[in-house]
Amino acid sequence: MTAMLNVKDLRAYYGQVQALHGLSFALNEGSLTTLLGANGAGKTTTLRAICNMVRSTGAIEFEGKPLSGKSTENVVRLGIAHVPQGRGTFTTMTVEENLQLGAITRNDKKNIVSDIERMYDHFPVLKERHTQQAGTLSGGEQQMLAVARALMLRPRLMLLDEPSFGLAPLIVRDLFKILGKINREDKVTILVVEQNAQLALELADQAYVIETGKIVMSGNAKEIASNEDVRKSYLGY
Amino acid sequence: MELFTNQVLAGIATGAIYACMALAVVMIYQAIDHLNFAQGEMAMFSTFISWQLMQWGVPYWWSFLLTLAISFAGGILIERLLFKPLAKAPVLTNVAGFIALFAIVNSVAGLTWDFTIKQYPTPFGSAPFLGSQLISTHQAGMIGVTLLMLVGLYLFFQFTRIGLAMRAAAALPESARLVGVNTSWMIALGWGMASAIGAVAGILIAPVVFLEPNMMGGVLVYGFAAAVLGGLSSPLGAVIGGFLVGVFENLAGTYIPGVGNELKLPIALALIITVLVFKPAGLFGRAIVKRV
Repeated sequence: MTAMLNVKDLRAYYGQVQALHGLSFALNEGSLTTLLGANGAGKTTTLRAICNMVRSTGAIEFEGKPLSGKSTENVVRLGIAHVPQGRGTFTTMTVEENLQLGAITRNDKKNIVSDIERMYDHFPVLKERHTQQAGTLSGGEQQMLAVARALMLRPRLMLLDEPSFGLAPLIVRDLFKILGKINREDKVTILVVEQNAQLALELADQAYVIETGKIVMSGNAKEIASNEDVRKSYLGY
Repeated sequence: MELFTNQVLAGIATGAIYACMALAVVMIYQAIDHLNFAQGEMAMFSTFISWQLMQWGVPYWWSFLLTLAISFAGGILIERLLFKPLAKAPVLTNVAGFIALFAIVNSVAGLTWDFTIKQYPTPFGSAPFLGSQLISTHQAGMIGVTLLMLVGLYLFFQFTRIGLAMRAAAALPESARLVGVNTSWMIALGWGMASAIGAVAGILIAPVVFLEPNMMGGVLVYGFAAAVLGGLSSPLGAVIGGFLVGVFENLAGTYIPGVGNELKLPIALALIITVLVFKPAGLFGRAIVKRV
């Protein structure tokens, strides 16, 4: 089986500083993969490199097509939704406008309307607040809005950058449950970057561990979670 | 009392023009975070184009629409050729770009149409409006056309997908790109629309200030004052600021002894400074807090 996303020898730079040092990994279609690592390991940079938001070299292929040289918006148009760190909510716009923006590249008006309804089924709280300014939502609600906005693209692949950040543990559990459901039912391949390793490993089927810009460990999420040495040395729990 | 009402209405009429200029300035400011010093010159050039079309025999309203289309395209062209390459350049480089644009447009207009003052027609006439001595039909026309355009713009930004995408690109460019908005073209579109809005302002004010290459100098200063008063981050604020500045200018000229026509312009400048000192974000703008 060929991989949906294939990353080979990825190196990324912020000015003169190199943040990724030849990173390689692959995502299978339909998988739910987590990318773990400490602060500053290069998790966010990896996601940003996939969407061409940071200068990088190496090869990134999505469904057999190279992504290098494509602008961020054109990468997105291929069906890669990216929920950035800090959620990227359009705070001055309403919840519903945020959802419509998620579908801004689509032209199938009828389906957009029904997709918005579907998001309200996934996240009932968004329906209650659909005319409210998104900036007035709580952190957890904004994260749900960010996930919903990304899903409005009808993505083939969804990248999430620390969705648990700043959220209460119970809300994180809810959110991860929904991510699992989206992965199974909507057949969206998901790559989630996390610092909350324990929870991410429960959710994911594949895992990669990244340290100072390199992959140091990869494999089945359950195996990594049960390997005490790995847990202690890389994941800190 | 009649003098007062008269001055207020006249102020609203010129205020409509300031509102257009302020709105044009704010649209570009929202897109690229720079003030377009050449906005007035672009509007002047558009007005000359419409005048030239009429000289060639094109009827008024056709020349009006044609000029809007040409100005729209011209605005996009200026952005693509001059300001897109400067997108990542420092502020001062951009300022130099705007000053260059100002000088070039002004000189080319002078070269093409010379600097003599020209009459510019009004389709509304200048009779008293509805038999009242308070306001002329042209002034009423200025207000009417401006309001029509503002309503159109509001509907565009509130209810169309491109309007939504443009708002997103201005608010959070990175997030906008992540939902697939081509922010670069949204900026160009903003330039085109600002240019067309300026053209409306120029065409409407030309019968009052007469047509010549420096006609928009004063108007743009009032437009800036209006934008600063309303808040550079708020299109609605800019429009309200425009009307306020127009009324304020007229009342000050009438009621404050010694101001008269000559000192009206310094009032606009004084207004800019006062607002910047006491309410830097303007009446309707949002203060931007940067965390360090």
